Amino acid sequence: TGIKRLLSTDELGPRICIVGSGPAGFYTAQHLLKHHRLAEVDIYEKLPVPFGLVRFGVAPDHPEVKNVINTFTQTARSDRCSYYGNVTVGKDITVKELQKAYHAVILSYGAEDNRTLGIPGEDLAGVYTARAFVGWYNGLPENRDLKPDLSSETAVILGHGNVALDVARILLSPLEILRKTDITEDSLAVLARSKVKRVRLIGRRGPLQAAFTIKELREMINLPSVRPLLDPADFKGLGDAIRDVPRPRRRLTELMVKTALEEPGEEVAGRWASASREWSLKFLRSPLEVLPATDGKRARAIRMAVTRLEGSGETAKAVPTGEVEDVLCGLILSSIGYRSLPVDPAVPFDSKQGIIPNSSGRVLGAPGLYCSGWVKRGPVGVIITTMNDSFDTAQSVLEDLQSGALDVSKAKGGFELVRSVLKSRGICPVSFSDWEKIDAAEMARGKLGGKPREKIVDPQEMLQLIGR
Amino acid sequence: ASAPARLSSEDKVTVHFITRDGDKLTAQGKVGDSLLDVVVDNNLDIDGFGACEGTLACSTCHLIFEDHIFEKLDAITDEELDMLDLAYGLTETSRLGCQICLQKSMNNMVVRVPETVADVRQSIDIGKNP
Ligand SMILES: Cc1cc2nc3c(=O)[nH]c(=O)nc-3n(C[C@H](O)[C@H](O)[C@H](O)COP(=O)(O)OP(=O)(O)OC[C@H]3O[C@@H](n4cnc5c(N)ncnc54)[C@H](O)[C@@H]3O)c2cc1C
Ligand code: FES
Repeated sequence: TGIKRLLSTDELGPRICIVGSGPAGFYTAQHLLKHHRLAEVDIYEKLPVPFGLVRFGVAPDHPEVKNVINTFTQTARSDRCSYYGNVTVGKDITVKELQKAYHAVILSYGAEDNRTLGIPGEDLAGVYTARAFVGWYNGLPENRDLKPDLSSETAVILGHGNVALDVARILLSPLEILRKTDITEDSLAVLARSKVKRVRLIGRRGPLQAAFTIKELREMINLPSVRPLLDPADFKGLGDAIRDVPRPRRRLTELMVKTALEEPGEEVAGRWASASREWSLKFLRSPLEVLPATDGKRARAIRMAVTRLEGSGETAKAVPTGEVEDVLCGLILSSIGYRSLPVDPAVPFDSKQGIIPNSSGRVLGAPGLYCSGWVKRGPVGVIITTMNDSFDTAQSVLEDLQSGALDVSKAKGGFELVRSVLKSRGICPVSFSDWEKIDAAEMARGKLGGKPREKIVDPQEMLQLIGR
Repeated sequence: ASAPARLSSEDKVTVHFITRDGDKLTAQGKVGDSLLDVVVDNNLDIDGFGACEGTLACSTCHLIFEDHIFEKLDAITDEELDMLDLAYGLTETSRLGCQICLQKSMNNMVVRVPETVADVRQSIDIGKNP
């Protein structure tokens, strides 16, 4: 039978290690397990709990996006797949040590840092990165104490991507919508006291360079009790510019143009007239400085350089015109992108691009090392982009196994070897069935509050729950 | 729940899927089933298909239809168009499989699974069907 064959010693499969349990880690594992009958895949994760940005990034009011967790769970339950949470690679165990224990090591640890504005006043109270804000409302342990100050009526979000729209939506959505999501209880309490009425989304470039996608924009336009305020001047004449652009850009721009320039129907007009909150898009402004209030501690306004575009289309550059403009606001969220960090000195890293240099997922100059996901490609793209890219990396591994470029003739110790190293350092990994206990506890708590889940935000509490 | 209604062969619709590798997978579904249901219920092997489980949040169920079938499909919503915008290999006759429900007139139709960026490479299976 298949099982006997699996266990017979002359047919030991390759032992493969994946670092990071986000979509990249799970999709890479899925592809390897599916297309290699004998491969054994171990996934290591820094946090006790799996799924990366699907749990800690994707907005709580987008539960349908999180359905991918069902497929990941099937993968984790495979006989040939194991999950080891609570292990930080690069700190608890080195990549060299993992390479001793496995035939191949795949780095899928995402993009954990954010780009900074690099402007004066960035550290004033009231200025947050979108990454920290998102981590806070999604229960990421390191951001659980952020307690953002939402006492300002005007919020500025710097950036025109989907994360910026996520943050805007969370700030503006009626509480009764958020209450039915898995947003953390603490965040809900802070949002309930929020004074934010106006959210201005500010970008360096123009409407034709906006990075958000149409689904997210449409959602903003249709948000209950919220009105979009688009300045007609920004959109006049755009109709001609988009005739020959690819369909996604054309449809996105058409929706902005329609919202800005067309008279809404009676029903929509009524809804917008009675809305208590609003959002707007502002273009061609680049942040120069956050200005302090008289106490010198809090943000009072942001000074922006007015820019103009050099070139056109996706690659147009924003250059300052010399004019400046101040926007009054006590809350500033910078959403200008995530960033990967080097995890271990043994792994090549391109700090300019913020990625591990690779060719189809093969780390350059490091045989046996691979990468997938945001650390391979940079922090852009949706989960499906990450899926395709992970399948591509898995293909490379399979090719190298077939060609012999990956040597599997020597048996490797796998997790048994890693376990002893971790034990000597006092690290005890969390298994997938441990996670399933945490999962069940979170869902039970959620049920009491009429929501799908109440996330546990303290790693110590997670560990207690599984009897540590 | 009521017992499943017994189906006469007339209520069944046969669909042929052409996979990325050019293989033909043939399966049946009931009138009213979505093409995602057909793939899931018949365990069809299409990598990554239906990631969001039919909630219009992913575009992995993208399929390409024959002209004469495409013309008769129900009108497309803005929300489906929005997700299609993110799909790879979009064509004039592309739709999302989770939004298309089987009708009798679709019997024996052929739908094609579009290529993805990763498929430019030859797929490898190691030790499949031992
Ligand atoms: C705020 C936000 C919202 C998003 N919303 C959507 C959406 O609605 N729809 C959509 O399709 N896409 C969305 N995305 C994009 C999507 O989340 C990414 O495409 C995807 O998560 C990238 O996968 P990844 O596995 O490369 O990285 P991640 O998901 O970040 O996974 C990396 C994992 O590695 C772990 N890790 C890090 N360092 C170590 C270490 N040293 N040792 C061990 N483990 C480590 C991390 O804890 C994490 O679990 C969103 C992204 C963000 C930031
Ligand atoms: S299954 Fe996700 S859009 Fe159809």
